[in-house]
Amino acid sequence: QKVFRVIPQNDEQVEIINSLASNMQVDFWQPDSVTLVRPKMQVDFRIEADLSSEVEDFLKESGVEYRVLIDNLQDAVDAQFDSKARTTRHSYEKYNNWETIAAWTADIAAQNPDLVSRSVIGETYEGRPMYILKMGKSGSNKKAIFMDCGFHAREWISPAFCQWFVKEAVETYGKDTVMTTLLDNLDFYVLPVVNIDGYVYTWTTDRMWRKTRSKNAGSIFGCIGTDPNRNFNAGWCTLGASKNPCDSTYCGSAPESEKETKALADFIREHLSTIKAYLTIHSYSQLLLFPYSYTYNLASNHEELNSIAHAASKELASLYNTKYTYGQGATTIYPAAGGSDDWAYDEGIKYSFTFELRDTGRYGFILPESQIKPTCEETLLAVKYIANYVLQHLY
Amino acid sequence: DIDDVGHKYYLELVLEDVLDKDSTVNCTAEVLYHLGNKNIAPDVQFTLEGELKNTEEADNIFYSRIKSLEKELVAENIPDSHGNVPPEMEPVRLLAWVASGYVIWQNSTENTKFQLAQIKRVKQVKRSDEYLEFDYTILLHEMVSQEIIPWQMTVLWHPQHGVQVTQDSRQPKHASQ
Repeated sequence: QKVFRVIPQNDEQVEIINSLASNMQVDFWQPDSVTLVRPKMQVDFRIEADLSSEVEDFLKESGVEYRVLIDNLQDAVDAQFDSKARTTRHSYEKYNNWETIAAWTADIAAQNPDLVSRSVIGETYEGRPMYILKMGKSGSNKKAIFMDCGFHAREWISPAFCQWFVKEAVETYGKDTVMTTLLDNLDFYVLPVVNIDGYVYTWTTDRMWRKTRSKNAGSIFGCIGTDPNRNFNAGWCTLGASKNPCDSTYCGSAPESEKETKALADFIREHLSTIKAYLTIHSYSQLLLFPYSYTYNLASNHEELNSIAHAASKELASLYNTKYTYGQGATTIYPAAGGSDDWAYDEGIKYSFTFELRDTGRYGFILPESQIKPTCEETLLAVKYIANYVLQHLY
Repeated sequence: DIDDVGHKYYLELVLEDVLDKDSTVNCTAEVLYHLGNKNIAPDVQFTLEGELKNTEEADNIFYSRIKSLEKELVAENIPDSHGNVPPEMEPVRLLAWVASGYVIWQNSTENTKFQLAQIKRVKQVKRSDEYLEFDYTILLHEMVSQEIIPWQMTVLWHPQHGVQVTQDSRQPKHASQ
C-alpha cells in the first residue's frame, strides 16, 4: 500500500481529487475527508497496492503534481518496531525473556478467552508469580493433561516449546481436526516456566545456570539453588542427586523444599482426579523418557509406556528425521531420584513422560534461534500423539 | 571385563561430517578404561573404513585470513546466549571443538560424558613461526553431574600439521564469569 502527497493548485485540481475519491477507496490521512480539500493544501492519502499505478497514471494525465510519501506502508510500520524496544517484543521463533513471556501469558489469554485462561499457582523464591495457562473448550467432567517447561534455567528451548504449543492450539483450533478434538475433549494445563528465577538469572548473569535461586541454609560457601528435578518426593536424594548445596544436582533440604516445586506439586495434587498425563520438557539430548529414574525397577505399565514412546518418537522423526532415543529414565539417560515425572507417576498419573529436546551436543543448551521452529514443530507431533493416545485410553 | 586391567569396549560407529551430513565414514574402535587409577586417559585404538574429506582449501583460507589480521584475534561467548556464531568465527569454534575433544579424552572415565558447551573467551597469541596459537577458555558440560567446568587450553594449529593442545588446565568455577 502506498501513501501519496498531492498539493492541488486550484479548484479544478480539487475537483480532480474529488472524482478520484468517488471512483475508488481512498483513505485520507490529511485532511480527514475529501470535503475539506482546498487549493494549496497538502493532501495525503492511502491507496491499496493494486490501485496505486492507476492512481499514478490518473494524476499524471490530469497534470496534478504528486509524490509518493510512503512507498510501502507495511515496511514503514514494521520499521517502527525495529527501533523501539525490539528485545521486548514477543516472538515464537526467538528466545523471550521472562518479562516478555509474562506479558504474553496475559495477552494470549485475553485474545482467546474461550480457549485460554490464565491463573497463578504460586510464587517463586524471589517473589515472581508462577503463571499457568488452562487450554481447552469449556465443558464438564473434562480430563486434563499437564505440561511444564523451564525446570532447568539454561534449557531455553523448553519454554520456547510451551509457548509454541499454546500458539498452535489457539491458531489451529477449528482448523486442525486432531487439535480441535483434543481441545474439545481435554484440558491442557501449560506451565511455561517453572523455574522463573533461574531463567531470569540466565538472562542477566549466567547463561549456564541450572538450579533455582534459593539461599541454602547453613551453606558455608554461600552456594545458591536446588535442582528442581531432584527435589520431588520420589526416592528423594537416594541416587543420582547430591547432598551438597554447591552441586548442580543438589536435591534440596527436603522434598518440595523449593517454593516452585511445592506449587507445582500442590496444583497436581489438587487436580489429581482430572490429570491423566504428565509431560515435562527439558533439553538437551533428544530423548523421550518415562519412569522410573529413581530405581531400575520397571513401571507397572512399562510395555505400554515403551510403545507410546516408540510411536511418539517415530512421529517426531517423520518431520525432519530427528532421531530420538526412548526408554526408561534410569537406563536411557542416568539414574536420578527426585524427578517430577516419577513423582507424578507414583501419584497415579500413569502416562508420565520427560522430553529432552534438541540437540545432541553440538550446541547443547545454546541452541540457535533458527532451530526453535523446527524443534517445536517436530516435538508438537509427538505431544499430539501422546495426548491423542491418552484421550483414547482415559481412565 | 579384563581382570586387573579394566573394562574394554568394542565399538562400531559411523562418523558423520559436521559440515556435510551425507558424508559418512564407518569406523571400528576399541576403548579401554583403566581400572582404579582415574588419572590415566582411556586407551583408544581405531580403524577408519575409508577416507576423511580433504579440507585443504578451507584450511588455507582460514589460515591466510588469520595470518593477515592486523591485530591478534580476540572474541568472547561463542556461540552467544542465543546460539549465534558470526560466520567468520565458525572456524574458530570448530577448532575449539576439535581441541576440546582431546581434553575430553584425557579426562574421561566410564562415568563421565563431556560436551563443549561454549567458548567463553579466545585470544590469539602472536608467534614468530608458522603456527597459529589460540588461548581458549571453554566451558565443558559434564552430563552425569550436570556441572559446567571452565577449562583453559592452549591450541596450536597449522593446515599441514594439524591440531595440538600444548597446555590445558581445569579452572576454578568462578573463572568463567
